[in-house]
Amino acid sequence: MLWTNIFAGFGGQGVLLIGQLLAYAGMYEGKNVSWLPSYGPEMRGGTANCSVVVSDDPIASPCINMANCVIAMNRPSLDKFEQNVLPGGKLFINSSIIDKKATRTDIDVYYVPCNEIADSLNNPKVGNMAMLGAYLEATKAVDSKSVLDALLYKLGEKKAHLIPLNEQAIELGKQSVRDQIK
Amino acid sequence: MAKKLMKGSEAIPEAAIQAGCRFFFGYPITPQNDIPEYMSARLPKIEGGCFLQAESEVAAINMVYGAAAAGARVMTSSSSPGVSLKQEGISYIAGAELPCVICNMMRGGPGLGSIQPSQGDYFQATKGGGHGDYHLIVLAPSSVQEAVDLMHTAFDLADIYRTPVMLLADGIIGQMMEPVEFHEHEKRELPEKPWAVTGYDPKSGRKRSIVNSLYIEVDELQEMNDRLQARYKEIQEKEVMVEKYNTEGAEVIICAYGTVARICKSAIAICAEKGVKVGLIRPITLWPFPEKELNEVMAQDSVKRELTVEISAGQMHEDVRLAINGAKPTDFYGKPGSYTPTAEEIAEYILKTREA
Repeated sequence: MLWTNIFAGFGGQGVLLIGQLLAYAGMYEGKNVSWLPSYGPEMRGGTANCSVVVSDDPIASPCINMANCVIAMNRPSLDKFEQNVLPGGKLFINSSIIDKKATRTDIDVYYVPCNEIADSLNNPKVGNMAMLGAYLEATKAVDSKSVLDALLYKLGEKKAHLIPLNEQAIELGKQSVRDQIK
Repeated sequence: MAKKLMKGSEAIPEAAIQAGCRFFFGYPITPQNDIPEYMSARLPKIEGGCFLQAESEVAAINMVYGAAAAGARVMTSSSSPGVSLKQEGISYIAGAELPCVICNMMRGGPGLGSIQPSQGDYFQATKGGGHGDYHLIVLAPSSVQEAVDLMHTAFDLADIYRTPVMLLADGIIGQMMEPVEFHEHEKRELPEKPWAVTGYDPKSGRKRSIVNSLYIEVDELQEMNDRLQARYKEIQEKEVMVEKYNTEGAEVIICAYGTVARICKSAIAICAEKGVKVGLIRPITLWPFPEKELNEVMAQDSVKRELTVEISAGQMHEDVRLAINGAKPTDFYGKPGSYTPTAEEIAEYILKTREA
């Protein structure tokens, strides 16, 4: 099993965090993982992305050019990274704020209304978790339980009360993928 | 011990502390600021620990010189332009025969360059860097775990050979998170430090320690240089570290280090899918360079040529050419500055040049 992923969006959408949660979850499950953020001038321009690899075998390159999965949280990310999905790979689009459809026909595309899901939970911050849920449903790369363990570690005991909210967001993200597969 | 997911530039200082480093002097520069940040949080809480942000790189390296002279385990870290500023001090430390560890998270150059990963400081690191006939031991990790393990090696080698040791990594190693384990390391036999300047007591009977790199008399300077050269020869004989990957029966041998070596491993997998067997020689010590090991692999009948891949204009490639010395064709792929090549383009280059 080898999942190579690019998570991209603008600063504040939590793309680096969901990438990290995936890496932690993979590690908890005994897999090899790497998380590499962009830290160049593009980061200073307000957009953020990270490459995450989850693999049964030792990871060769942590630098991803062509990925199994691309997660685009905003329009510039879709424009930039749609071409980086491997044929047969998966593309996740935050349809709440991306008004464009994918142009590729050789990949699976999932439209996830992240912001609407977050709004339905009365917390605009959990849109990223909805996207992560969608990713987990479509890939089964790691178990959501491991992701929640990772989130608890990141939040710490003081913020543990936020876990159920995040769990709901993940579940709604998963549901949106199930609805599209049907 | 359980694995932890850590950034390279947090795992490196943690490993340094576990290796006994108690003094850190530095000056900020991207992309390695997490190292001093981590040290500033941890060292003051450790007994005898001292973190100090100096007023400049020049000041920082001279503080390292002082702490090393007093026999402490000490380190500094910086990135390319900052390491250039430290060169005078590094030459003095080499001349004074003192142990210390210097970490360089390479960014693009020359000049202020960029803040993205680069491998443009290979010459500076492996050929001396400052003035005079000296070398640093140069260690090049290609994963966060290896960086952690090499920190222990770095401090031990520095003490054993009384020389500055450089951990030469690209910005990716610093910024990337990977699972790491801080396990017990094999203890090497370390020499005492009778030369350390720890306060003179005339009643002790011990000779007065003087740390200096100034030798006015020609003979004395010669003696110091002979001592250094003898030590370098010993290091070359005993301390070479290299990873051989997929080399047996390979048609092409890639020579690459650091993160680039890992990208090459992905390129090797792509070539394998096309039925072309490619191997990798990854120097872990850039100095001493693994000449013998490279030649052993190159001597196989199956090997037709060598390809060096670097984020530079071909700095390590010069050492590869010197080592192979015309025995088989060598080639170079890479660009100077900060352009990190992709696995796909390296594989494409190998396959294309094969047809040609």
